[in-house]
Amino acid sequence: MSAGNMRLTLKVWRQSNTNTQGGFENYNLDGVSPDMSFLEMFDILNEQLIEENKEPVAFDHDCREGICGMCSMFINGQPHGPLKGVTTCQLHMRSFQDGDTITVEPWRAGAFPVIKDLVVDRDGFDRIISAGGFVSVNTGNAQDANNLPIAKEDADDAFSAAACIGCGACVAACKNASAMLFVSAKISQLALLPQGQAERSIRAEKMVAQMDAEGFGNCTNTHACSAECPKEISFENIARMNREYLGAKVSSKAL
Amino acid sequence: MSWFTQALTSSIGKKLIMSLTGLFLISFLVIHATINAMIFYNDGGETFSHWGHFMGTNPIIRTLEIGLVLGFLLHIADGLWLTKANNDARPVKYAVSNASANSKWYSRSMGLLGTLILIFLVIHTSHFWIPNRTNQFATGEELNLYQMMLDIFQNIWVVLIYVAGCFSLFWHLLHGFESAFKSLGLYHVKYNGAIHFVGVAFSIVIPVLFALMPISIFFGWVY
Repeated sequence: MSAGNMRLTLKVWRQSNTNTQGGFENYNLDGVSPDMSFLEMFDILNEQLIEENKEPVAFDHDCREGICGMCSMFINGQPHGPLKGVTTCQLHMRSFQDGDTITVEPWRAGAFPVIKDLVVDRDGFDRIISAGGFVSVNTGNAQDANNLPIAKEDADDAFSAAACIGCGACVAACKNASAMLFVSAKISQLALLPQGQAERSIRAEKMVAQMDAEGFGNCTNTHACSAECPKEISFENIARMNREYLGAKVSSKAL
Repeated sequence: MSWFTQALTSSIGKKLIMSLTGLFLISFLVIHATINAMIFYNDGGETFSHWGHFMGTNPIIRTLEIGLVLGFLLHIADGLWLTKANNDARPVKYAVSNASANSKWYSRSMGLLGTLILIFLVIHTSHFWIPNRTNQFATGEELNLYQMMLDIFQNIWVVLIYVAGCFSLFWHLLHGFESAFKSLGLYHVKYNGAIHFVGVAFSIVIPVLFALMPISIFFGWVY
């Protein structure tokens, strides 16, 4: 890594726990390399804070390869920062200018309460998946490959929907904090494949009911979710979810 | 809760109601604009009054009018309900939001645009529809709506309020027309282009036609 020469002002949201009021703190950071990822820049900030005997900034991260969906951060008014189709860990400091002031906030949604600083509780997503985002299969030997023929177009669409890493950027970007892109990707992924057919109706009904119970907002069709999604999940999934849900309501056996 | 109530009060159901009532109101705009455009015959209001009389007295139209009022009320109430729920879904707002990078301002402002249209509707109905129906109820006679238009649109402020109302309607339709189809699950490359084209054309043609009415009367092109 080349020696850093960028000088930044960071305006970071600090909040000690869910029940306390948070606020912004300003930090000056010198010697930032343009080759650093945004999270590495935060590592430097935290080292500096620890040396000063201050509490380091809590933030979520895991794989740092853009595939796990752990990192979040609302950077200068956009989830995962200004680049299209990347997570915060794949955002590099070359996307910023020397002398910039960067504002970093946690995802803001009632259904994503702040745990500490930039870490939010995304368990709501797990509860939505538990409500129906699965296929029930008997255990036993795996089937032969290609036993179930799947049209290439369906496989492609299902795969694109399955690319969702559940990071919550869609909720963060949506003016209504709606989780519809996430939920629709999960519903679509299974509705498009033969394995998902058995529980297709009940899945749509239960996942939408859980999404509403979590307190996420409603969709205004602004497409902000899709535009900010690091995996570029298509807005088409939301229309498919609307069809799946309304179709399930008028035809499913559940009363 | 029955499956039906559950469906209609869910997030997707609330959007379905928004979408269906919106499309219904769009169909009303076609009728309203067509009949009012009869003033452009410039025949002293003869054609306009002929159709106005039909709309104001025909029993089928008068029955449908109840549906229209209900359609408006449902669209407004559902809109307020959704706006409240959406505001509550984000109790702490962002300090910095660069929403223009991911969506159009009018798509994010449907509640505001709807409220502006509602304010305009109160003014508009108290100019024509309410006095006319009140008079019909009291005396059985219709008012001369054409003459009322000629009188009311002499005031530049009234004309400006009507033009502003048409602008609000333009932005509201520009998002709402296409959005209504998306909420119904109708979003596909096969027909997205067609819906977009018709939506944009409709959003321009209808408000322009409406705005031309007070403007033409004010400048004396229609008399």
